[in-house]
Amino acid sequence: MPKTVKLMQGNEACTAGALAAGLRFYAGYPITPSTEIAELCAEELPKMGGCFVQMEDEIGSIAAIIGASLTGKKAMTATSGPGFSLMQECLGYASLCEVPIVIVNVQRMGPSTGMPTSPAQADVMQARWGTHGDHSIIVLAPGNVRECFELTLRAFDLAEKYRVPVIVLTDEVIGHMREKVELPDPRDIRPFNRAAPRSPAGYKPYAADPDGGVPLMAPFGAGYRWHVTGLFHDETGAPSGKSDVADKLIRRLDAKIENNVDDICEFSGEGLEDCEIAVVAFGSSAMSALSAVRRARKEGVKAGLFRPKTIWPFPAKALREVALHAKTIVVPEMNLGQLALEVERIAGCSSKVVKLGKVNGELFRPEEVYAAIMGEADNGGTGQGSAKAGEGAK
Amino acid sequence: MSEFLSYFRQDRLPHIWCPGCGHGTVTGALVRAIDRLGLDKNKVCVVSGIGCSSRAVGYLDFDTLHTAHGRALAFATGIKMARPDLKVIVMTGDGDCTAIGGNHFIHAARRNIGITTIVMNNETYGMTSGQFSPMTPKGMLGTTAPYGNVERSFDLCELAKAAGATYVGRSTSYHVPLLIDLIEKALQNDGFSVVEAVTQCPTYLGRKNKLGDAVQLLNWIKDQAVNVKAAAVMPKEKLEGKFLIGELHNGPAPEYSAEYGELIARVQRSFENVKGGLWECASNSD
Amino acid sequence: MSEQKKVYFHTIREKWCKGCGICVAYCPKKVLELKDGKVVAARAEDCIGCHACELRCPDFAIEIHEASGERKHEAEHVDFALPPEAHHA
Repeated sequence: MPKTVKLMQGNEACTAGALAAGLRFYAGYPITPSTEIAELCAEELPKMGGCFVQMEDEIGSIAAIIGASLTGKKAMTATSGPGFSLMQECLGYASLCEVPIVIVNVQRMGPSTGMPTSPAQADVMQARWGTHGDHSIIVLAPGNVRECFELTLRAFDLAEKYRVPVIVLTDEVIGHMREKVELPDPRDIRPFNRAAPRSPAGYKPYAADPDGGVPLMAPFGAGYRWHVTGLFHDETGAPSGKSDVADKLIRRLDAKIENNVDDICEFSGEGLEDCEIAVVAFGSSAMSALSAVRRARKEGVKAGLFRPKTIWPFPAKALREVALHAKTIVVPEMNLGQLALEVERIAGCSSKVVKLGKVNGELFRPEEVYAAIMGEADNGGTGQGSAKAGEGAK
Repeated sequence: MSEFLSYFRQDRLPHIWCPGCGHGTVTGALVRAIDRLGLDKNKVCVVSGIGCSSRAVGYLDFDTLHTAHGRALAFATGIKMARPDLKVIVMTGDGDCTAIGGNHFIHAARRNIGITTIVMNNETYGMTSGQFSPMTPKGMLGTTAPYGNVERSFDLCELAKAAGATYVGRSTSYHVPLLIDLIEKALQNDGFSVVEAVTQCPTYLGRKNKLGDAVQLLNWIKDQAVNVKAAAVMPKEKLEGKFLIGELHNGPAPEYSAEYGELIARVQRSFENVKGGLWECASNSD
Repeated sequence: MSEQKKVYFHTIREKWCKGCGICVAYCPKKVLELKDGKVVAARAEDCIGCHACELRCPDFAIEIHEASGERKHEAEHVDFALPPEAHHA
């Protein structure tokens, strides 16, 4: 079958990617700028015998997809800042109970109601630490419409493989803009399905290698009659308050991610082999950063773009290698410096990290990033500094 | 081993509830109703929220889900819509269901989704040791109502009926045969069923309000209960301060997951050729 | 000859009984008593098999069975091991 080429909206591509992964259950609540995902799921899922439910709020939405996932269905919801905040408790529940779900967070200017139709990237820390307690989670960040398809599909694979909630972090621009997209041949798509036990005999729902092992997951309604609880639980799923059980559980859940960063982490970039000034940017900021880097290169400045496609866990190893020769790292992001904190943690001792925060609800213009690069190139990149984008960098 | 015990995860008993707590009695009533109907244990899914009553599901030998406070019905909605063939039951408490869970309760009722909800109403927050709840009678004491509860409480069954529940009944942990009958009929109703069980919390509600031990509390509950059939012929003033027990509403209506199933069939008929959806990209993902 | 009086025996799960006294209070024939905080069928022969104790017991600690003739009617005390969770609770 020839490759299908379509003009697609980011939110539409997220939905297509989810369907390609085998999405069969969507529960959601309307919120700008993610509502198109709900509308498309309402239209497409019935065609495949799947189910769309519009719940009474975002808490109900994430609760419903966890319930559906427990019956063996691939389940997703989509929201934006305010709804994402409401979903945090159940996000922690899905992490502790190891229930695979996907949440698309189409970021908008916040906090609070904020500017619903304006892009922002200020949910980076919330995506990782929004819910209470140590917990395992994966956050992917599409940089264009095609990646909305690819990374939503990958989000399901990672959720099923590691039995964790996975967040697809886009923003109003990525979600609403349209691009030409070449969809892969459906026959080439091999969605990953969670490893299930063979029979109920002796089934222990939470038995796994303590060093980051992923337990086999039985569906409800198949005769396993197992127990799922948000209380800490032992291998049989029974609630337990024992300290050794708690310690073992938390460390196993954490190790599921930390021991598999090589498999999970993904990034892309340009000019990273020899750059002296690296720009770290994700999502829509990376588009402007890319053209700025290319312009600087033409003018003889050794600039490079490092674009993480996984925000959490951050591709630290790769960035450290770049930092060996990139003595300055500029971090343009539509917030006051959140991903920059991770960059500082990883490369702060070997490179100067320059925060380039833009918080006026507008995208970065390439010349703003270009000006920051050239500014660093002129003053030889000495000492810590942070330039202010938006009004300042006219 | 008795038929009755086969429904329990006996390695996890005795349970954690206090001596004389009514939650065990209500759990037993549910199991007896399920046994009467001969439901297939592998097709029953019991979901609960947070609180003393919600610990019940951990002891029951079904697919069980102990969720977040107030969210049992939302989780259960996901299960029922994904697997309409399962018998989905929610076990919840008065605080879990009508305070933090109130929004999900009225919407589940409005949709008339096929879920049987057992509300174990001990008129207090037992797990957190005795605060007043939306079901605590006005004037009674709670650790957060040290001068007497000034709030009016819900009539849960009227609330359920008004929101759209198609089977509603109330009994108590004293009137156990009636409770079993109501649960049995609730399980057979093909829509949203609510059975409220007024039950005793001797450790907190009883002690704080000096109502005596479990037996005295049960008698206190019994004295407030009036069967709905008897109440129909009693003068109004006699019903002052009482609550009705028995079957309070039985009006079957189309069940939500079945309605959605018909929608799917209708859509699939009209989109004969579309196997993979709008972008054909889901065609091999079954 | 009056119809032979039915005989019932009580299965009591001592480890589960918490001595709340509900069964003792509501037994119409005062068959049951608490001994060291556990229920015992003191006057099993008076039992009329109404199951009030069984239905109201919050701990599933008592069950009534109709004796088939030869079965003696002293209570059968069943020992159920304490579950792991109980140590925690």
